[in-house]
Amino acid sequence: MSTIQPETSLSNHLHDERAIPTEPMVDGTSVPPGEASADFLQLLTPDGHRTPNADYDPWVADVDVASLVRLYEDHVVVRRIDTEAMHLQRQGQLGLWAPLLGQEAAQIGSARSLRSDDFVFSSYRENAVAYCRGVDFTDLMRVWRGNSHSGWDPYEINMAIPSVIIGTQALHATGYAMGCQFDGGDQVAIAYFGDGATSQGDISEAMVFAARFQAPVVFFCQNNQWAISEPVERQARIAIANRAPGFGIPSIRVDGNDVLAVMAVTRRAIERARTGGGPTFIEAVTYRMGPHTTSDDPTRYRNKEELDEWSVKDPIKRLEAHLSSMGALTDEVRAEVQAKADSVAAEVRAGTLGLTDPESLSIFDHVLSTESSWLERQKSQYSAYLDMFEGGAR
Amino acid sequence: MTSRSGTVAEPVEASEPGAHGYRRPLTRADHVAMPNAQVMTYRQALNDTLRQEMIRDDKVFLIGEEIGVFEGSYKITAGLLAEFGPERVRDTPIAEEGFTGAAIGAAMLGYRPVVEIMTINFTLKAIDQIVNHAAKIHSMFGGQSSVPLVLRTPGGGGQQLAATHSQNLEVWYAHIPGLKVVAPSSPADAKALLLAAIRDNDPVIFLENLALYNTKGPVPDGDEAAEIGRAAVVRAGTDVTIVSYSRGVLTALEVAERFEAEGVSIEVVDLRSLRPLDRRSICASVMRTGRAVVFEDDWLTYGIGAELSATIAEGAFDYLDAPVRRVAAAEVPLPYAKPLELAAMPDADDLARAVRELLQDTRFRK
Ligand SMILES: Cc1ncc(C[n+]2csc(CCOP(=O)(O)OP(=O)(O)O)c2C)c(N)n1
Ligand SMILES: [Mg+2]
Repeated sequence: MSTIQPETSLSNHLHDERAIPTEPMVDGTSVPPGEASADFLQLLTPDGHRTPNADYDPWVADVDVASLVRLYEDHVVVRRIDTEAMHLQRQGQLGLWAPLLGQEAAQIGSARSLRSDDFVFSSYRENAVAYCRGVDFTDLMRVWRGNSHSGWDPYEINMAIPSVIIGTQALHATGYAMGCQFDGGDQVAIAYFGDGATSQGDISEAMVFAARFQAPVVFFCQNNQWAISEPVERQARIAIANRAPGFGIPSIRVDGNDVLAVMAVTRRAIERARTGGGPTFIEAVTYRMGPHTTSDDPTRYRNKEELDEWSVKDPIKRLEAHLSSMGALTDEVRAEVQAKADSVAAEVRAGTLGLTDPESLSIFDHVLSTESSWLERQKSQYSAYLDMFEGGAR
Repeated sequence: MTSRSGTVAEPVEASEPGAHGYRRPLTRADHVAMPNAQVMTYRQALNDTLRQEMIRDDKVFLIGEEIGVFEGSYKITAGLLAEFGPERVRDTPIAEEGFTGAAIGAAMLGYRPVVEIMTINFTLKAIDQIVNHAAKIHSMFGGQSSVPLVLRTPGGGGQQLAATHSQNLEVWYAHIPGLKVVAPSSPADAKALLLAAIRDNDPVIFLENLALYNTKGPVPDGDEAAEIGRAAVVRAGTDVTIVSYSRGVLTALEVAERFEAEGVSIEVVDLRSLRPLDRRSICASVMRTGRAVVFEDDWLTYGIGAELSATIAEGAFDYLDAPVRRVAAAEVPLPYAKPLELAAMPDADDLARAVRELLQDTRFRK
């Protein structure tokens, strides 16, 4: 039998360890939002040096040389796909492409921390996440070719199709997580979004709900410093990670170009969510090395020095340096990884070029999940109209 | 006129046909005859007008995403940051509800914000501020405060931007008392209606169209504002009336051209303003022709055409030789693939088909 005692339970709660929102690595309110060098967790320096960290080392203790080589392969392959996609777009084979160049570690480190039954809600740039989830890239290209709104079965891959309306998916992830919680399962939902998205009310509302219901959700913000032409300083005055504690959500800033550190913080956040500890907000500090999409020219709004500064921190260079220092980046490894990347790229190209236009009458498919006489009527009228053309216009 | 249960629409009086005058669209040929006009794009007309109004009235300022450094997603604000500085050309965080609401507050202080929302699809994030606040404040404050705000945003599908980025949702705003909604179809009107919108003391939704930005036409110098709420007969005709707005007007003119070759004379009415709606001009035209087709880019059910058909039924029923025909988009989320997008969007062929069927149904003879 229990009686509710509001005062005591409130004060207990205040002393509950879980209710203390900030992680040790997050400083107060002094960090400017674009600051990359200070106050974040880093396990691999840009020159590949491994810095020990008592809090986070245990979370990646199992990542041995072989695992690091596999992570390296992921990086090289997704960058190769990204390059291929840029070419395909320039050659008129894709309508648009949003390159992830520079953000590989943030996406791979986090996606490789998920269980296959965890669920991903992403935006449009999470192509490496899709790769790690096992999305067939021809299916992904179907979307970027403007062939279809969606390419894969979300319940097979456990990843929703990207949301292009900024910020919305964080709410979906929160609701999905609340559902998992209600079902008594231990799956976790993860929401990927950008620095720009954090200005949307949706992200704040998602945090309100996730905190209130202690939903098993991880908010994964890739602060790539830019939202189209707007620098992150346009969105925030202090580090984005520092907003979450105000909602009662622990948060951490991590070097988003350091796959090991990203893995450590994501694994910890996932574990917290899985074991009833509620949401975590991760800000992965990274950089969008390319344009926003293939339709803009970043030289018009940002300077080359910035790019040079960030290319020193490149996630792949860093992994290569680290692997080399351990003698693990042999010529064979390089050759194998390159061969795999080239063959995946060739598959992506062939798959893309092989896509055919859908049939006109399919516009009436999937409008509703139930039958509708009004849709049927439209369809038969349109079908009759198409029949009027010689050879059929389908 | 008003019963206890709401508005009871009465037949529209349109006893003086042509009372609202013919206003041909200005063409390149007019340019020769109009020394005070320059031929320019719709985009340029908007850009020039924003500049002109910012010079005229220092209470006018621009606010929105990517409008400063990037000069707008569609380059409508090109050069304005450099000219007027970041106080008056404000790049905002990505928060449509945030900056629309903030603009409302500034308008309540007497500023004249011109808000840009990248596309009408993203206005849905700001819809509470638009419908529950911009449109209500004057009324709920008992007339003591007003919201002289302009919200510029493009609609228009057909650019392969997929279902959430291609919608034509202007009817949602045209439904709301307390708002004005204008939709220019030509560069000259882009200027005249933008001038009117900025100078208006009420909130105005200013609907642009992705497919119109590069269209060209003569634009008179000076600063003569349009009267919001006036339609224009942009092509006179005797056999069929086509009513449309924005991009649809160009399609209507194209179809009218096609039928001219066959000796069918089509009149085209450009609404220019969706709210207030110029019911008289619409009905007056139908009284002259006896046949009406409405061409709209949105969906059929509860669309702009539904309002226009009702207006014609109320105001010109006795003059109609056949029911009003409507041509609208297929009732599906707008597709992404090009062939599907073409299948779903209403085009000149669809409009011509409806006109032809209407002529056949009424046994039209030259
Ligand atoms: C509601 C809404 N407003 C505006 C846009 C246009 N838009 C597309 S991407 C983008 C920038 C997003 O930046 P960020 O969240 O940092 O993600 P990134 O592109 O850097 O990955 C904007 C403003 C949109 N898609 N949805
Ligand atoms: Mg960004």
